[in-house]
Amino acid sequence: MALLKYESQVRPPLVEGTKDYHQVTEDIIRPIEAPPSRLWWIGFLISVALLLFGVYSVYREVTYGVGQWNLNKTIGWGWDITNFVWWVGIGHAGTLISAILLLFRQGWRTGVNRAAEAMTIFAVMCAGQFPIWHMGRVWMAFFVLPYPNTRGPLWVNFNSPLLWDVFAISTYFTVSLLFWYSGLIPDLATVRDRAKLKWRKFMYGVLAMGWTGSTKHWQRHESLSLVLAGLSTPLVLSVHTVVSFDFATSVIPGWHTTIFPPYFVAGAIFSGFAMVQTLLVVTRKVLKLEEYITIEHIEVMNKVIVLTGSIVGIAYLTELFISWYGQNPYEGWAFAKNRLDPFSPYGWSYWLMMGCNVISPQIFWFRKLRRNLVVTFFMSVIVNIGMWFERFVIIVTSIYRDYLPSSWSTYYRPTVWEVGFYLGTFGLFFTCYFLFSKFFPVIAVAEIKHILKKSGESYKKNMDELERKSPDELYHDTHGDHH
Amino acid sequence: MALKKFVVGCFTEEQTLFDAVKKVRKAGYKLHDVYTPFPIHGLDKAMGLRDTSIHTAGFLYGLFGTTTALSFMTWAFTKDWPLNVGGKPHFALPAWIPIMFEFTVLCACVGMVLTFCYLCQLAPFVRKHHFHPRATDDLFVMVIELTPKSNESEISNFLSNAGATEINVQQAETGWWLGRYDKEKRLYRDEEAVSA
Repeated sequence: MALLKYESQVRPPLVEGTKDYHQVTEDIIRPIEAPPSRLWWIGFLISVALLLFGVYSVYREVTYGVGQWNLNKTIGWGWDITNFVWWVGIGHAGTLISAILLLFRQGWRTGVNRAAEAMTIFAVMCAGQFPIWHMGRVWMAFFVLPYPNTRGPLWVNFNSPLLWDVFAISTYFTVSLLFWYSGLIPDLATVRDRAKLKWRKFMYGVLAMGWTGSTKHWQRHESLSLVLAGLSTPLVLSVHTVVSFDFATSVIPGWHTTIFPPYFVAGAIFSGFAMVQTLLVVTRKVLKLEEYITIEHIEVMNKVIVLTGSIVGIAYLTELFISWYGQNPYEGWAFAKNRLDPFSPYGWSYWLMMGCNVISPQIFWFRKLRRNLVVTFFMSVIVNIGMWFERFVIIVTSIYRDYLPSSWSTYYRPTVWEVGFYLGTFGLFFTCYFLFSKFFPVIAVAEIKHILKKSGESYKKNMDELERKSPDELYHDTHGDHH
Repeated sequence: MALKKFVVGCFTEEQTLFDAVKKVRKAGYKLHDVYTPFPIHGLDKAMGLRDTSIHTAGFLYGLFGTTTALSFMTWAFTKDWPLNVGGKPHFALPAWIPIMFEFTVLCACVGMVLTFCYLCQLAPFVRKHHFHPRATDDLFVMVIELTPKSNESEISNFLSNAGATEINVQQAETGWWLGRYDKEKRLYRDEEAVSA
């Protein structure tokens, strides 16, 4: 009966150690039930402090106007839109892991999808802040919505990529939130049913919304997850495509390129995976989840990083080639003088981007480095610095020396409130992530249980028992099986 | 909505559960439900449940989104206020594709999740009877409804023969409600059961 025991020689188990279902529940839910550690408090309070600094920076900007930032007539988009695109990009990995890998039946996603989806939601929340506060008169923000108004009614411009962005980002946030929460419901019910404290039982009872685990409900839940994944997949591609349209449909040299949509999407996945690594390398250690978020998970994600990093690299080179091949003098100037020349005012940022995004991830061709946690963590930070500079390069180096030399602006530096706003979104992101990791199961408990029988040490043990049975016995046992 | 009596049997292995489901259906007992901590593929078929059509609902919501977005933008830009954007056509279909797509996805997702919550009776503050607290942890909980034709001890024996590790009888309200129980664990709202 040796044929029955299929064990991949290539892929190691997704969950390490011998575990039964109860052990899985224990391991993942325990951190929720324990009081927060000192480390958690320190991290949380730093995040809240950053958030408060961000709130004050935004307060300054609202009270005194966008003049609190060092933007000028030439550089109308600076740090704020750079940060917007950076955060949106980071969000993409969560949807990629939860939706696209679900459709591709990638079992390893179960270890990391919950945290990655949460990261998506928090990142999109941070991203949304920038265009909103950049409006200046933020109390008019509702003008972006098509509602019957007293100005005609004068409708919003449906032909504008900026309006497409409003729809794309708000849809993306809503759908990610629903996808994440519908997956959380069964796990929240698990926390509820284990709870000993009255308030915890009540709180998680409210959050779990009366989930029982009925077979019919699971059937619907599975169908719902699959369809939401199917819808999220084109959605996530469309979101960054639309963000790239903000640039690509304009006539600014350096922005006006057809390569932008795939280039932006690849970059988004690249930076998103890096952020997932940053978070999970720490989370798995602190919450002692090394057997669920294994070194294999880290390695697989590093492979995605080297792949998408190289795609981004090819996109950079293609852009350079086309700027020369196209023979448009303005386009050529933007690339050759504003970016490639390391001695130009912002040339350093282009080479920083190249170094961080294209050259440094190549170390992940080595297995040993892919599986090294310190290297992974360090690289994940490097990649996100690089991706921030990519957006900075796209935005600032394309516009600071434009068609009219008299309006060139080579001295753009952010003010403290501009930087403070950015730091504030870090505060928002990490405050949310700390709360999430304390109060919600960071790994999808039900999904891990679902794959436990197919992957893991206990599966092998069962198969060993099965092997010892005679074929007749086995046939009798499994005859008319549900499959 | 009245109180009913159920025999509850807990299983620890999927295989025994599947066999037990088959036996229950063969014996003709009224299988109320099986509660499991994670989705078990094929269990719905084994229980004789029909496929869910929630994805069809999703498709219809999506279709609603597409048509709403298209017809609204057409009306706003060709009839209500034909805005001249750089001399481009008023009916600018290619430029509307992003919004039509986003709105389709939005409607399909929101509609499906709401439908899912409605069908599974999921809402904050809803109260339901939970047959076993470990049904969301590591037990597969089979619940058989007692009818005038079946008797308690017979089903209990049957379940223990089928491999159930823990068997008990429970009286429960199977629907959902927002109210409270009285001291005897009877529903306040359920006048009949309270007076009985």
